[in-house]
Amino acid sequence: MIPDSKKLNPKIFDNDVERISVRVGFGQGLLAAGELDEKVVGLCADLTNSTQMNLFAKKFPNRFIEVGVAEQNLASVASGVAAMGKIPFIASYAMFNPGRNWEQIRTTICFNNVPVKIIGSHVGVSVGQDGGTHQALEDIAMMRVLPNMVVISPCDSLEAKKATMACAKTNIPTYIRLARENTPIITTEETPFEIGKAQVFFEPSSGKVDVGIIATGTLVYKALVVAKKLEAEGMGVKVLNLSTIKPIDADAIISLSKEAGAIVTVEEHQIQGGMGSAVCEVLTMNNPVPVEFVGVNNQFGQSGKPEELLEFYGMGESHIIEAVKKVVKRK
Amino acid sequence: MSIDDKKIKELEIKANLIRESVIEMLLEAGSGHTAGPLGMADVFTYLYFHALKYDPKNPLWSDRDRLVVSNGHICPVLYASMAAAGYFPYSELLTLRKFGSILQGHPQREKLPAVETSSGPLGSGLSQTVGMALASRIDNGKNTFKNFFYCIMSDGELDEGQSWEAIMLAGKEKIGNLIAIVDRNYIQIGGSTEDVMPLSPLSQKWESFNWHVQEIDGHNFEALDIAFGRAKAEFEKPSVIIAHTIPGKGVAEFERNFEWHGKPPSKEEAKRALTELRTLGGKIISEHQ
Repeated sequence: MIPDSKKLNPKIFDNDVERISVRVGFGQGLLAAGELDEKVVGLCADLTNSTQMNLFAKKFPNRFIEVGVAEQNLASVASGVAAMGKIPFIASYAMFNPGRNWEQIRTTICFNNVPVKIIGSHVGVSVGQDGGTHQALEDIAMMRVLPNMVVISPCDSLEAKKATMACAKTNIPTYIRLARENTPIITTEETPFEIGKAQVFFEPSSGKVDVGIIATGTLVYKALVVAKKLEAEGMGVKVLNLSTIKPIDADAIISLSKEAGAIVTVEEHQIQGGMGSAVCEVLTMNNPVPVEFVGVNNQFGQSGKPEELLEFYGMGESHIIEAVKKVVKRK
Repeated sequence: MSIDDKKIKELEIKANLIRESVIEMLLEAGSGHTAGPLGMADVFTYLYFHALKYDPKNPLWSDRDRLVVSNGHICPVLYASMAAAGYFPYSELLTLRKFGSILQGHPQREKLPAVETSSGPLGSGLSQTVGMALASRIDNGKNTFKNFFYCIMSDGELDEGQSWEAIMLAGKEKIGNLIAIVDRNYIQIGGSTEDVMPLSPLSQKWESFNWHVQEIDGHNFEALDIAFGRAKAEFEKPSVIIAHTIPGKGVAEFERNFEWHGKPPSKEEAKRALTELRTLGGKIISEHQ
């Protein structure tokens, strides 16, 4: 069942649950952050509509900088903007930002420790028809390895809005990854969000936890659907929404691992170096329990429909169920 | 107001002292770059002792001019200039490249906040300078220049595509208070710039990106003064000063040889270099005369 305190979308398990792209939440969040604080500046590499930065650019043309298709410049120009006391947001597809401009992010943003907010849209195979060149599956790994960097992977549009507004108030580099497709609204305005805090979004009605699922991004929805299905079969599943991957909420992970004794991680990213790896860094040092990973296993994506790609690359509901059953046997 | 002979003489003596500091630092560090710092000593001297608006006692003063040194590997001349300007004691210079030093092998802003940015990886300094100037424009409007934004670049780093992304953006935005200085010494780590990756015709490249371009003798203070004056008077375009310099300038055995790009002098070489520089100190012949 869904804990009342989380105030999730009451229609979450309905067939007609509202679906909105996560990037829409970013666009709204940036506009709101810009209204609250005139230090907020937007910079884009010719993708204002796709990244939803257009709302901000239209409202605040004097605080918007269009650098053209030049993501390396985008990152370093933003570093200079931040050095002058501003809070710049830089947006493009995640494959190029942070994919193309990693060294500029490392040296001119993280090494200087300036508050540039990096927005990578179009993550995961669910980008769909654009194909493997445009499906970012390595960005969590690239960003979480950098000292000073905060990494956030919102589960839905509302959480993306909250994350955007929250990071506009911090004085450190931050990366937010956004999905393109319309995905179910999991949370509500009242659902708690805090950078660095994981939230339990599902717990067994019986109180007996057989397995813990730690999910991030839009696949949190599939994890919740799976938890509900398994509960009907008598298996107790607790689902943790790990929207901040760095700094990681070690307490929440350790506590879940002690309660459940087995963990499944779910992410739309390469298994190698991703959120699951980050979870295991915590577990191996504190409470080593069996873990199964759901994610992309050392492959590139390709064109197709989002759902068929999620199935093909092993991130469908059946794969999560399979991983749960497997990990429980290893307890 | 143009610069007078007395001031030129003063700057030349200052530049010579900065060259001596560079040799002493490199000798003590046992590694580092020699050619670029010696070649750029006159430009740095001009900036720190005639052009830049700054307060060494309040390095983060908000109205200061910004100087971004994009080619961070020439930092010995930056550090020597900053010591001479009073940012930190001269004794600090001998900690260059040592554990715990504020003077890292390449500038690191978290260790030395008085530098505007960390640099070394080539090609990103101009982007940052453009960002600073654009941020200032947000606060002050397009035509109010409260300060100037300078970026020192090497010619070799123009191989980096990102340099041209920044050049294109500055041209688009017509940033009138942005002044780039290219150290046109025709060498990079692997040889002549024209062998490794030809840059000529360099002026035309910048001009075609809508920059105001000047080519000058980077060792001539009168020429530097005129060029910076003209650059500041150009409100509608960013300006670049392509300063032709002699790598290793001031020490005959280091001059014009790309092998001195990335190595320090030995004890003997340093001794000869310091003797040469100290002899010059008393009888400088002005380049502009």
